[in-house]
Amino acid sequence: MDFRLSKEQEMARTLFRDFAEKEIKPYAQELDEEERFPSEALEKFRKYRFMGIPYPKEWGGAGCDNLTYTICIEEISKVCATTATMLSAHESLGTWPIYKFGTPKQKEKYLKKLCTGEYLGAFALTEPNAGTDSSAQQTKAVLQGDHYVLNGSKIFITNGGYADLYVVFAMTDKSKGNHGISAFIVEKGFPGFSFGKKEKKMGIRGSATCELIFENCIVPKENLLGGEGKGFPVAMMTLDGGRIGIAAQALGIAEGALGETVKYVKERKQFGRPLAKFQNTQFEIADMATKIQAAQYLTYCAAIAKDTQKSCSKEAAMAKLFCASTAMDVTTRCVQLHGGYGYTREYPVERMMRDAKITEIYEGTSEVQKMVISKFALK
Amino acid sequence: MNIVVCIKQVPDTNEVKLDPKTGRLIREGVPSIINPDDKAGLEAALRLKDSQGAHVAVVSMGPPQAETALREALAMGADEAVLVTDRAFGGADTWATAHTLAAALKTLPYDLIITGRQAIDGDTAQVGPQIAENLNIPNISYAEEIQVEGDSVTVKRQFEDRYHIVKAKMPCLITALSELNTPRYMTPQGIFDAYREKQIRTITRKDLDVKDGDIGLKGSPTRVVETFTKSPKAAGTMVTDLTPQEAAEYLLEKLKEKFIL
Amino acid sequence: MMNIQDYQGVFVFIQQVDGKVAGVSHELLGKAGELARKLETEVTAVLVGSGVSGLCADLASYGADRIVLVDDPDLRLYSTKPYAYVLCSVIEKYKPAVVLYGATAIGRDLAPRVAARVRTGLTADCTKLDIADDGTKNLRMTRPAFGGNIMATIVCPEYRPQMATVRPGVMQKIKPVADAKAKVEKLDLAIPESEKDVQILDVVKKESHKMDIQDAKILVSGGRGMGRPENFKLLQGLADALGGTVSSSRAAVDAGWVEKDLQVGQTGKTVRPNLYIACGISGAIQHLAGMEESDVILAINKDETAPIFEVADYGVAGDALKIVPLFTEEVKKAIAARNK
Repeated sequence: MDFRLSKEQEMARTLFRDFAEKEIKPYAQELDEEERFPSEALEKFRKYRFMGIPYPKEWGGAGCDNLTYTICIEEISKVCATTATMLSAHESLGTWPIYKFGTPKQKEKYLKKLCTGEYLGAFALTEPNAGTDSSAQQTKAVLQGDHYVLNGSKIFITNGGYADLYVVFAMTDKSKGNHGISAFIVEKGFPGFSFGKKEKKMGIRGSATCELIFENCIVPKENLLGGEGKGFPVAMMTLDGGRIGIAAQALGIAEGALGETVKYVKERKQFGRPLAKFQNTQFEIADMATKIQAAQYLTYCAAIAKDTQKSCSKEAAMAKLFCASTAMDVTTRCVQLHGGYGYTREYPVERMMRDAKITEIYEGTSEVQKMVISKFALK
Repeated sequence: MNIVVCIKQVPDTNEVKLDPKTGRLIREGVPSIINPDDKAGLEAALRLKDSQGAHVAVVSMGPPQAETALREALAMGADEAVLVTDRAFGGADTWATAHTLAAALKTLPYDLIITGRQAIDGDTAQVGPQIAENLNIPNISYAEEIQVEGDSVTVKRQFEDRYHIVKAKMPCLITALSELNTPRYMTPQGIFDAYREKQIRTITRKDLDVKDGDIGLKGSPTRVVETFTKSPKAAGTMVTDLTPQEAAEYLLEKLKEKFIL
Repeated sequence: MMNIQDYQGVFVFIQQVDGKVAGVSHELLGKAGELARKLETEVTAVLVGSGVSGLCADLASYGADRIVLVDDPDLRLYSTKPYAYVLCSVIEKYKPAVVLYGATAIGRDLAPRVAARVRTGLTADCTKLDIADDGTKNLRMTRPAFGGNIMATIVCPEYRPQMATVRPGVMQKIKPVADAKAKVEKLDLAIPESEKDVQILDVVKKESHKMDIQDAKILVSGGRGMGRPENFKLLQGLADALGGTVSSSRAAVDAGWVEKDLQVGQTGKTVRPNLYIACGISGAIQHLAGMEESDVILAINKDETAPIFEVADYGVAGDALKIVPLFTEEVKKAIAARNK
């Protein structure tokens, strides 16, 4: 069992770290304060082809592996969780379903555009009455000749309003319960598709979290993804992989917070010495460093499992569960170690703490992760 | 058009620190990078490739680990990479290095050769012009802008207080300054292709038409007889915990004490 | 193989642009004199250009015993190969033991080409030159390397001439001797066509009304700690009050806040002002290399552990953005009081 990254993965990490420090970090505070969408980062991701990292070159992807993509999200999250959210929602949630379930025609039409970044992608499952209980879909899709008509709404959709393409879930046959849900590829601009409220949030404030409104929205028949009634597995399998991205995000947030705190405690003096010389500080740092290391291994394992195993559900759920709680714990302690300054916006740790919380909630709450894990653990 | 870019892998000397106890340089853990002036040269070559099509080959003389720098260049978009490596080349000063590199370059097609002005470890800025002399081609140093038209290059050649616009027929050699441009990042695909699809060609002593007396330590007219670290100036006084106004008054006092005011 | 004994004399390549001799060339004549005395030989200035014979008196006053003059219209403007051809011809004819060049945009381009052609050693950017006292009388050339983190002493024992490019602002020029006399030897050289393969299409001077930081007596210098480019105005205010000039560390130049000609440091300029005030500069070794010879150094930095405090005569741990404007006021008040 070799825990080292390959040479290409090491070089990729150097690239992502450098890029994050120079191109993304300068905007992080502003994006949070102004609740602004990271459009500069999106431009740069397009230019440097970060938008399809794990997808094959024949589809315009970079032809790398999932671990490389995971490292990308990790490095970006160290400096800006908002930007990482935009990228992972596009790459894991918006693009993967089409890669995995798309027909040749659908891939031809959409996959290349998503992988090259010409299109920004999004994933629309959550509804006002369907969060963890995602099978309670109320958005309806009715087949009428050569197209479906969609009616209903989605909330909390990342990249909503900015994305060009949305994988939307709707009920095609209510009588079949879970087996009556279908997935559709919906493009911005389809008649009857509009955007509603943009949420004001505690953290990842620059991420566009929007309501989608379908009022007799016309979706061509060819845009049915994965077959009628097959929407639920499409959603679940996509989220399985997507949670590795969130694990990476939580991991990055924790690492970023720890990095800032290590700098701070070496400089800040009280009672005649730097905080770093006090045993309490040292023990806190030791705790956090250890948890982060464990979190990193769990995350990388899940990424490798996604590439090499038939299913990565267990690994992904464990990674997300552990990383999210690590992020919450580490960022809270980091604010504490900064003292009063940590509570002000002069230092980034308060933002990191606010950003961390979402990782325990979206793409499957920590409770959902426990449900998944317990099924495996109780076999 | 064939462009050959010479690059050197160097320790990031901005990250090198002095061990206060031994007075020696701490070299461990210092990342290796492509020399910044060379990277600018590579970027200039890649821009010419983008705008008018060119084959960009990257050449580096160094120990086996210089391969990483070549992979990085491939990941940025270079087409071909050559590592010039052999124990026999070790210990070379700039004369011997330039002579060896020129011999290696003679095995490649070139219209334009681009090198960086100077490496951040050696800091000599000599190898570029010396390669040009060995190849008997013109060299234009301190290039701030490069344009290619037909069989000529036109370059904005920088001096301290002015610049010349100069023109030369290819083949010629240009040395690039890091101020020339902002080099592009690698791409994830570029990195994977650099390791998985591309090969690095190696040139060793036996592949070159050179005399033993002209390479390596033997071929070097200059010798290093001593190296030492500079001792810092005697420490002065520092005050802390003053308010800004108190600090301003303190500084004024010091200026008066030193008869500056 | 060269016979070392055949090579005698200390030569200095005189850099002249537009009929004006560069400061570094005067400095090198001064140093050459010192070396020549130890080698029991004389100082020869190599003056290259077109219509420049009028500069001979100046060179004599700064220490040249002899001037080799190569005056040709083809040499009016500097170009690598024609000038290299001239220097190589001079070296071939006169066989000097030592040739010195200023480490300038000209010298650092010309000298390597000459060294390659003549097959001899060249040491770049020297800050110290002396003659070995081990019987060899070799030239010992000391220079910074590794980004300025170490110093290396280099010799060229088996080849001649021993050549070095020397950092401007380091060697001392002598006080010019008004009626000094020097022999002038005019060398007629026709530059071969094969050397004239680079055309100069245009010469453009950079607009600069600022004083060169190397000439300033007082420098107020800013680094990354100044936060943003706009804050450099505070430094200008202090500089104006003191009658000084603003300079900067590499960080501010790299960030695009100021032009490179203000950069002090290993890859910028070496300065030796009477007073150097470092504001928000951490004091990385590369920076110290460019200013630690200043007579008096003041430093203001938030970080008490910043290395700048190790070279500062007086340091204040604090926020430069707050202290500098107040300091400027104090200076203005003091000057006004003094002038009353």
